[in-house]
Amino acid sequence: MLEIRQQYTFYGILLYIGATIFVLYMAIDEPESKVWNGLFWVIQLFICINAVAKSFLQESSGRMLYFYSIASPRDFVLAKLLFNSLLMLVMSVLSLGLFALFLGNPVQKAGTFTGLVLLGGWGLSLVFTFLAAIAAKARQNAAIMAILGFPIIIPQLILLMQLSKAAFSDSLTVPFQNVLLLVALNIMVILLAVILFPFLWKD
Amino acid sequence: MHKSWWKILCVALLMYTFTAGLLLDVPHLPALQETIRNLYFHVGMWMAMMTLFTISVIHAIRYLRTNNLKYDINSRQYSSVGILFGTLGYATGAIWMSYTWADPNNPASASFNSIAREPKLIGAAIALLIYLAYHILRDSIQDLDKKARVSAVYNIFAYAMLFPSIWIVPRLLPSLHPGQEGNPALNFKDVSPEMRIVELPAFIGWALLGIWITTLKIRLNLLKEKKLLQ
Repeated sequence: MLEIRQQYTFYGILLYIGATIFVLYMAIDEPESKVWNGLFWVIQLFICINAVAKSFLQESSGRMLYFYSIASPRDFVLAKLLFNSLLMLVMSVLSLGLFALFLGNPVQKAGTFTGLVLLGGWGLSLVFTFLAAIAAKARQNAAIMAILGFPIIIPQLILLMQLSKAAFSDSLTVPFQNVLLLVALNIMVILLAVILFPFLWKD
Repeated sequence: MHKSWWKILCVALLMYTFTAGLLLDVPHLPALQETIRNLYFHVGMWMAMMTLFTISVIHAIRYLRTNNLKYDINSRQYSSVGILFGTLGYATGAIWMSYTWADPNNPASASFNSIAREPKLIGAAIALLIYLAYHILRDSIQDLDKKARVSAVYNIFAYAMLFPSIWIVPRLLPSLHPGQEGNPALNFKDVSPEMRIVELPAFIGWALLGIWITTLKIRLNLLKEKKLLQ
């Protein structure tokens, strides 16, 4: 896939994560848990845009033609979704580690929060993979991706922030129903991608 | 036109809404009082918007199945009239809340702050933003068929993601807006029987009006396209 051929993009994202979190540390040292939570998810969102957007935007049209001749659209989009999910999971764990290292660790229930971070990273990567496929068709790329993606992702982010609030105190419990809702949303995105991608594929 | 019965129905229902909605008795609740009559108009706008967006998505699906550009025009016009009704929904809501939520003792900016944080308003804003993004996406692609195909795909995807934004998420957050546990104004506990006899015809009337406006716009567009093709 793209990241192995163009390794600089992968290291670019790593550098991006490191640099942003370091800047945050310089600016606000050890924030309280509410700020920590908000910042974490916003950074997560931008990492996702940077990491996932490349998956379609930097493929040259010649290479797309090559993929077109060797794979069916369903397999192709599933492969992209799988790869981007894995990539985003790695990035999420990395940024969580760096956040805990630099900005202090206000999380009380580490296991729950890590679970939520993985779930959130997975959801973000799925949505943005599909949006990247759409944005790749409109030649203005990165800008159009932000316009298309932000309104769609806001509800999911609100849900994630609400849920992860519970991980910052011992007394609150994470509502299981909402976690299920997120999982259901993710499954729906995969289904939609599989159904709709063949229409984007033909050019 | 042989199929004009629904236009007559629309006019009749809206006439009924305006007369009955303003004359019939309504229950007097504290803080709401007579402003409750705005329910027939404010909620009606949102119902019409949802109806129009739904029709837009149906046309997007039909376009992808048939590749007939007519459906693409339909889909686009329904979504733009939907945006219009959404904006009107905001306008009626703004008038309503200036009588019910705003505290006359505080400066206007203070009440504006608390109102701007309303989760339901944010949800509705997201819905409008999604459809504005849909129009931007359309305009950024030059090729006619590709434009229709890509924007139909986005339309379907966005519509599917819209449900969590306006129906699920606002219910998780604390809010001043009524209707925390269900669909506002559709719940049987929320609305008294006297109001129900005006409410339902009003909603149907507004939705029909939206569809009527859109069919006119579609016909105009079809004529324009014909000129372009010749």
